Amino acid sequence: MNMLEVKGLVKRFGGLTATDHLDLDVREGEIHAIIGPNGAGKTTLMNQLSGELPPDEGAIVLNGVNVVKETVHRRARMGIARSYQITSIFLEFTALQNVMLAVQGASGASMSFWRPVMKDRQLAEPALQLLQEVGLAADAKTLASALAHGARRQLEIAMALALHPKVLLLDEPMAGMSHQESAGVVTLLRQLRGSYSIVLVEHDMDAVFALADRITVVVYGKQIACGTADEIRLNPEVRAAYLGDQMESI
Amino acid sequence: MTTSLFFAQLLNGLQLGLLLFLMSAGLTLVLGIMNFVNLAHGSLFMMGAYFAAVAYGWTDSFLLAALVAVVGTLLLGLLIERTVLSKLYSRDHLYQVLATFGLILFLNEVARAIWGQAPIFMNVPDALSGTINLFGLPYPSYRFAIIAVGLLVGLALYLVIHRTRIGMLVRAGASDSSMLAALGVNIKLINALVFGAGAALAGLAGLMAGPILSVQPGMGEPILILTLVVLVTGGIGSIRGAFYGALIVGIVDTIGRAFLPSLLRGVVDRSLAQAAGPAIASMLIYLVMAVVLAVRPDGLFPVRHG
Amino acid sequence: MADRQTSAAISPLLATLPARRRITLRWLSAAAVIAALGAVPLICALIGQPFYVTLVSRMMIFALAALGLNLILGYGGLISFGHALYIGIGAYAVGILSYHGITNGYVHLGVALGAGLGLAVLIGSVCLRVSGVGFIMITLAFAQMFYFLAISLKQYGGDDGYALESRSNFGWLDLGDNTTLYYVIYALLVLVLILFYRLVNARFGMVLRGSKSNDRRMRALGFPTLPFKLIAYVISALVCVIAGVLLANLTRFVSPSYMEWTVSGDILLMIVLGGVGTLLGPIFGAVVWLSLEAVLTSLNVGLPWGLDEFIHNHWMGVLGLFIITVTLVLKQGLYGFLVQRDQARDPVAQ
Repeated sequence: MNMLEVKGLVKRFGGLTATDHLDLDVREGEIHAIIGPNGAGKTTLMNQLSGELPPDEGAIVLNGVNVVKETVHRRARMGIARSYQITSIFLEFTALQNVMLAVQGASGASMSFWRPVMKDRQLAEPALQLLQEVGLAADAKTLASALAHGARRQLEIAMALALHPKVLLLDEPMAGMSHQESAGVVTLLRQLRGSYSIVLVEHDMDAVFALADRITVVVYGKQIACGTADEIRLNPEVRAAYLGDQMESI
Repeated sequence: MTTSLFFAQLLNGLQLGLLLFLMSAGLTLVLGIMNFVNLAHGSLFMMGAYFAAVAYGWTDSFLLAALVAVVGTLLLGLLIERTVLSKLYSRDHLYQVLATFGLILFLNEVARAIWGQAPIFMNVPDALSGTINLFGLPYPSYRFAIIAVGLLVGLALYLVIHRTRIGMLVRAGASDSSMLAALGVNIKLINALVFGAGAALAGLAGLMAGPILSVQPGMGEPILILTLVVLVTGGIGSIRGAFYGALIVGIVDTIGRAFLPSLLRGVVDRSLAQAAGPAIASMLIYLVMAVVLAVRPDGLFPVRHG
Repeated sequence: MADRQTSAAISPLLATLPARRRITLRWLSAAAVIAALGAVPLICALIGQPFYVTLVSRMMIFALAALGLNLILGYGGLISFGHALYIGIGAYAVGILSYHGITNGYVHLGVALGAGLGLAVLIGSVCLRVSGVGFIMITLAFAQMFYFLAISLKQYGGDDGYALESRSNFGWLDLGDNTTLYYVIYALLVLVLILFYRLVNARFGMVLRGSKSNDRRMRALGFPTLPFKLIAYVISALVCVIAGVLLANLTRFVSPSYMEWTVSGDILLMIVLGGVGTLLGPIFGAVVWLSLEAVLTSLNVGLPWGLDEFIHNHWMGVLGLFIITVTLVLKQGLYGFLVQRDQARDPVAQ
């Protein structure tokens, strides 16, 4: 069953066609990686999936419903959660407050004007649980601005999970991480596989080939191949267009 | 309402619009490129008018007064920029707004201390004190000169911005200033250039407005508010937006004030028209601004950002 | 998920929320100011200087307006340069109704709040569509629009304003007595303070604060940020309307100058002076700013070279310099500095 289907997506910026009739399908519970050379339009694709960039043509079907006309916040409520290439969290709040806010967003119940949020167990409990899941429970009371880069990215994932999403869009979650931190994220994503459908944009090829059930290769905004890790590894077009010398090391 | 009266008011609107354009062009670039809210722009206008009026009073030469006004305001602008404003480039807009607000109060008081509260008068230069004949309509030469100068400056700005390398850098900066800095362009120089040009334009506007407005402390604020309306309506950072926005604001305001009260008298009873007419006329441009923003929140000609 | 296991791990953490209050300098100074304000009329009666009751009443009115604006400024990140408009609405509701012979205070208040609500929804809806700097300019423009409207209302004094025969009649509450009016203002100030304290720490407040911190992330978390900002805008406007009603009553005068753009600037400054995004900052700021104004306009301390006279005559210029200095030097405001000290030790406490 396809949780997410992208059909004929087109996005032009003046004379440049950033997304060129792109097709993509993400099966329920799989980790689907998107790879491609820099400038291939991967983040543009992510922005169109999350709703921040309206496409010129095409459909984005989430669990059978075309969401291409929905706003960002509507899509979040419908089940699309994402992490950004440059971590986007609330630096002035603690890790716990960050995730509590995410839980509050998922609840859709914010018209409360009197009761202090810190006494709200309905927010605090799930938030702490999520922090536990990503391994940040010890840092619950630390200000997000005081967290290390890797911890901030984990926090962002926890916030995305708070939305009980159907589809998780992760835009280079391992960027800027040390080897150890990356290994931690790989373990986390393995745990999430099955419960969530994950679209993963990544440059870290080790992680991609270790995690992905399927890989789509995007070059100049177009899909040139889609298949399992082995199929992609052996695909001559992919080797030519993208992987090049990186192939030798794998 | 005769056609010649309408035509005359239309020209007046054009003249006000072009004055506003001179003010808006500088401010929109400073805002678009340096992301800096400079409320003291109206004070530069005021100082330009004062410099011109005083210089003209001393030397009786309008050309000399023009030179003093434009150069003087340019220097004053750069002084303010170096001492106060540049320290705020990286700060939140709130602090920029407050500091320039304080600057307005300070500069108004300086003007009051030096020249007093009473307006000082500047005569229209003799060469332009007559009327010229436009399609059979007599129109004050001075106001026509403002229109001519305004259009010339507009043309010059267009040529510089769209046909020179410096202009290209300015346009790029308006679209994505951090990228420009990352490419190694001397952003400080561009900033100083843009700010200086804006100050000089404000000084020019002050000079030209001298003979037709009363030169007194606080004269800059009404013009500033109109300029802000132009910026919001036309699109921040866009010279084209400043041009068309200024023309729209100038013409709508002038025509509205001239004809709305009498138009209303034809529709509703006299006493209501007498009360409501001037009130609505003064609110007209804000209503137009609100309508434009309802349809296009980024203004009529927004700059596309990278 | 192993729920029981995770629950066991997190319940000790849960138990530490919310954090216990510690008595710090911040709380002491806050309490001191509130207490001092409450004691002013008593002190004035003792020393026989009733003038100060009126002066401090005025300070509290502006503190109230600043408190209102700070909801969207400090907690929402929305820089409105046109909130004096709502002070004007409150004042003119009292003025216009009084002119037509209606002196019932409840009617004054009702009409003021109703008009304020309607206008705030309309103006807020338009202004909030404009992002960033445009918002500052458009709020300023709208305030100016109503300023000109007020000036053109010749019937109610136009530029010169209009003097009220008496203060609003609330029946059992005699606002004609300066001390009674003082305590009404004081009570409202404390009430709004308490309401806002709960508001900014409740779910609604968190949406506002999150929006200020990272609006893009808020939307990606499923929050439609616009309705929340609009509600906050309206609440802040209504607080300013109440301040306007009180101001008209205090001075027994309505004038377009109440909504001049410089007043909007003054309120912004009071907030910055005291500390943006703190609850008591605006109150500190209002007291300091208006005290400074009072001192400068009546300066008589014997400075050399006729400086007394000079400052006396050009006090606005001195205030202008003061504003510039404050914005260049002061990062968090007088009270904000104390708040930051506390937060460095314990981030969760508010």
